[in-house]
Amino acid sequence: MYDFSFVKPGTVADAVTALASEDAQALGGGQTLIPTMKQRLASPAKLVSLTGIADMQGVSQSGGVLSIGGATTHAAVSAQAGGFAGLAALAGGIGDPAVRNRGTIGGSLANNDPAACYPSAALATGATIVTNTREIAADDFFQGLFETALDEGEIITAVHMPIPEASNYQKFEQPASRFALVGVFVAKYASGVRVAVTGASEGGVFRWSEAEAALGANFSPDAVSGLSVAPGDMIEDLHGSKAYRAHLVKVMTSRAVAAAG
Amino acid sequence: MPKDSGIGASPKRREDIRFLTGLGQYTDDISLTGETHAVFARSQVATGIIKSIDTSAAENMPGVLAVFTGDDFVDVGGNPAGWLINSRDGEPMKEPKRPVLAHGKVRHVGDAYAAVIAETAEQARDAAEAIEADIDEQPAVVDMKSALAGGALVHDEIGTNQCFDWGWIEDNRAATDAAIKSAPHVTTLELVNNRLVPNAMEPRASTGVFDPGTGDYTLYTTSQNPHLTRLLICAFVLGIPENKLRVVAPDVGGGFGSKIYHYGEEALVLSAAKKLGRPVRWTASRSESFLTDAHGRDHVTKIEIACEKDGTFLAFRTETMANVGAYLSNFSTATPTFLHGTLMAGNYTVPTLYVNVKAVFTNTAPVDAYRGAGRPEATYSLERAIDKCAQELGMDPLALRRKNFIKPDQFPYAAAAGLEYDTGNYHALVDKLEELADLSGFEARRAATKATGKLRGIGVNTYIEACGIAPSNLVGVLGSRVGLYDAATVRVNATGNISVMVGAHSHGQGHETAFPQVVADMLGIDEGSIDIVHGDTSKIPFGMGTYGSRSLAVCGSAVVRATEKIINKAKKIAAHMMEASEQDVEFSEGQFSIAGTDKSVGFGDVALKAYIPHNFPIEDIEPGLEETAFYDPANFTYPAGAYACEVEVDPDTGKVTIDRFTAVDDFGNVINPMIVTGQVHGGLAQGIGQALLENCTYDENGQILSASFMDYAMPRASDLPLYTVDHSCQTPCTHNPLGVKGCGEAGAIGSPPAVVNAVINALHSGGHTDVTHIDMPVSPARVWAAMNS
Amino acid sequence: MTKLSMTVNGKPVSGNVEGRTLLVDFLRQDLHLTGTHVGCDTSQCGACTVHVNGVAVKSCTMLAAEADGADVATIEGQANADGSLNVIQQAFQDHHGLQCGFCTPGMVMATADLLKNNPTPNEADVRHHLDGNICRCTGYHNIVKAVLAASGQDVDAVAAE
Repeated sequence: MYDFSFVKPGTVADAVTALASEDAQALGGGQTLIPTMKQRLASPAKLVSLTGIADMQGVSQSGGVLSIGGATTHAAVSAQAGGFAGLAALAGGIGDPAVRNRGTIGGSLANNDPAACYPSAALATGATIVTNTREIAADDFFQGLFETALDEGEIITAVHMPIPEASNYQKFEQPASRFALVGVFVAKYASGVRVAVTGASEGGVFRWSEAEAALGANFSPDAVSGLSVAPGDMIEDLHGSKAYRAHLVKVMTSRAVAAAG
Repeated sequence: MPKDSGIGASPKRREDIRFLTGLGQYTDDISLTGETHAVFARSQVATGIIKSIDTSAAENMPGVLAVFTGDDFVDVGGNPAGWLINSRDGEPMKEPKRPVLAHGKVRHVGDAYAAVIAETAEQARDAAEAIEADIDEQPAVVDMKSALAGGALVHDEIGTNQCFDWGWIEDNRAATDAAIKSAPHVTTLELVNNRLVPNAMEPRASTGVFDPGTGDYTLYTTSQNPHLTRLLICAFVLGIPENKLRVVAPDVGGGFGSKIYHYGEEALVLSAAKKLGRPVRWTASRSESFLTDAHGRDHVTKIEIACEKDGTFLAFRTETMANVGAYLSNFSTATPTFLHGTLMAGNYTVPTLYVNVKAVFTNTAPVDAYRGAGRPEATYSLERAIDKCAQELGMDPLALRRKNFIKPDQFPYAAAAGLEYDTGNYHALVDKLEELADLSGFEARRAATKATGKLRGIGVNTYIEACGIAPSNLVGVLGSRVGLYDAATVRVNATGNISVMVGAHSHGQGHETAFPQVVADMLGIDEGSIDIVHGDTSKIPFGMGTYGSRSLAVCGSAVVRATEKIINKAKKIAAHMMEASEQDVEFSEGQFSIAGTDKSVGFGDVALKAYIPHNFPIEDIEPGLEETAFYDPANFTYPAGAYACEVEVDPDTGKVTIDRFTAVDDFGNVINPMIVTGQVHGGLAQGIGQALLENCTYDENGQILSASFMDYAMPRASDLPLYTVDHSCQTPCTHNPLGVKGCGEAGAIGSPPAVVNAVINALHSGGHTDVTHIDMPVSPARVWAAMNS
Repeated sequence: MTKLSMTVNGKPVSGNVEGRTLLVDFLRQDLHLTGTHVGCDTSQCGACTVHVNGVAVKSCTMLAAEADGADVATIEGQANADGSLNVIQQAFQDHHGLQCGFCTPGMVMATADLLKNNPTPNEADVRHHLDGNICRCTGYHNIVKAVLAASGQDVDAVAAE
């Protein structure tokens, strides 16, 4: 790694101030950023740790909405999001136990890795991403591979997710990294069904609107059997072709619906 | 009742205590006063001409002590290949120089062209980035077929990308061709033996030390064979007198072949230590390991099996392209030839066969022996093709194999590939497999699986391997430039405890526990009083190291011979002590006695007497009790086995899950069953990893695509089943004193065809009978593609 | 340079580190606790697993400065007070759950983390929990047995070999 200075503020305000200096970068759990820096692919002059901010920790539930502090670890979400079982299960399946003890929801969403799990949950639940300056709807937040609506120095302080009536996340793991080769989050609400897909698309996480319509009419695993995902936008790499990923989107969606019950 | 000590017992491993408490001493754990750090500047292109390297900025960076480039090593030797292979036309193989640092041209991504020595590793890394190298990228040679077709060259000076074109056995070629031409049935299969990255969990590391007062060098390094490393550095590369270089391989975190070889980093840290007068250390990152460790396998093969309609084998023929990468690593020319072609007869009485191997230079990392080394490639080709043959003939795959097995009464058997198998009983192995794997219950399990919407398949195969590497006389004829004996010294101390200095190196194999079991049994003393010393050229007599499942068969035999010498000398001393004739002394259970009398002395008393030789007949007996033996095997050993794998295939995703795996092996006699079982487990995981997960790939520009654990799928706990392992079918080796054959590689050799055979079997059961083969790794994507093509 | 102090295996320690110093480097280089190993640079192999404030983390993917004030436990502090192997370590030796020993410290620390949260895991739990710890030697069979044995469960029922 290139060297940098390190600060660990105790409040969001202090973190925002610290991030105002040139080439400063926020550090969540570091499970992506630190490996990236080890490869010398990032060179911040200052890292601002968000792990010491008590206000950004923890999970709470109120009025059908689950609120998660931006610096809450995956392990904490897995343990504390009992009111939203689909999300707790997703969090409990990210990476491995040691990664889950450090990695944070805010860090994951801000990074927007196309194979990360959390973006699918945020998008499928129509979550609100709360930052130090504003609230951003998930539909507006994800803007392509590693791109989000966040401005420079903006911090995700919390995520609000409306708790679905039924939900499930199905991940087909890339055999090496264990990230999602294809991951599908299905969330059923009184107002309709939302389906978000991660891992598959060159555009990053996306909503599969045809499936949402079909499942809205008939929430059953077979409802998507007649649908197909256009392979053109899918990722093709060592681990799967476009056609394979397009196929898996359908399989994982169907399985998520079956598991959501 | 199982024994609780000595040969055949499974005492807990004594080395575990230090590993479990964090007190192991691996190379990177050793820090020395005044140490400095080396970091290498490595090529980011697959090949290119080095037009200039400007190190001036780097030299002026904070903490930088020295910068080296290829220019600094033009006058030293290259890192050589250990085996000279001749092509079919008698031409010797092409041996381009492999320099310490690239000079003139870089030849693969990761090829080091400069090194920085600095006070800290991060300073060295900062400075390595500041080196300005003007490298003119050239078209890369990646695909073997194109490499042989002409065009760009990896090494311009040799005028070809073909290292050799080897035929085995050339005299059988015409007969094999004729048999195939006239055979009633010929099965043909084209397959890829996928390129693997060994990925021992400890990355390579080396620390060089130079003592200006004595002129002595010390190298701490991650090696499976410190004496071989010393020989290569001294005799070929740096020209240091052998008696001025001590090579220490302390605790080593796995090797699997990748740490047999000498690498340029070792020469660099020694040269730099001399220049600076300070220790110089280097530790690879995992990313560097992917780029620069010797990789394994990487064969493309066409195999033909000619047989009668009843399945009787008539001839085998293979044509293989074997990737050797950009430079010849030390064993790289032996691996695809004498460790591969000589095993192509398998367990069978095929009358004739012919193997052709073209070794090909490409702009990729060097390829060399990786667990199994040539034998997995031979086994996979043959056992996959036999399965296909059985399907074509409508025969049961095990029945076809049984029909062609060498029968127990035919041993010793001169197999068609040129080796004489000393002993074996393949029918017994298959009988045992049928029982342990419950093959008769398979159809019921298949039906149960079908009810869940998945497809169950079963794959079986057998294997033969040649281990106990190797008889020097034989390998000398075959082109080896070294002998492959091993050595041991048994030192009985005055107080009766014992140090055994062995040439084998233990990096997971449990020698520190198993070797004392042998000596304790022979001497009738407590194995706790026997210590093994290994891994330090200043402490052990000599040794060719640990690979090729050779440690016990070769070095263990040297231990036996040295211990026999100890007993013989101790008998003389005992005879003197008891005032008897040496011929009358009997030795049993640690006691020397005179038959028909009550005279007796214990081993400990004799040891003490040897070192306090008062009233000693010094004209007949030297003081001391220490003996050395070198042991050169009379033949290879021939472990064999029968494996069965059951898989479930998810037809919706193509994912293959291994439900059960049974390995039945004949390793001859077994010294420590617990350790042997563990060795098989590890081999199975690597074989299953090759079959299902692992794949090292380069793009057409020579960029490595699977360059980290993010893209190279290492087998993890959740990928693997509990295994059923048996080694009760024992036909002891006939030519070494322990009757042992070697067990380290079997699992990796025998398992890949079983897995792939099982997947094909599963797909056929689901109606996909048009799928006759899927190349490894049989990944979900590949299985799904095969089912939907 | 950042000044930091923490408790490691029950003993207070302090040091001066660069911002970029990883926790594993602080442990290995500054404190000479070399039992914690580095096997990769992508946060996957788990050889560097230690406990920070009671939970398992990969010390190669955590800055030393982040552990300022923390309670850190490493393999060197796992044995019983009398120096004998603790239950997990003993189970690994009893069941031959290690070969070269390089991944072993991480395996032991990951196992301790598992058993703390799930005192009687089944085979699948164990395998899933060890997804972040790569072993190249054992094929995991004996590691799984060792973990089950460490939890006090009868492993005779597990495949005989």
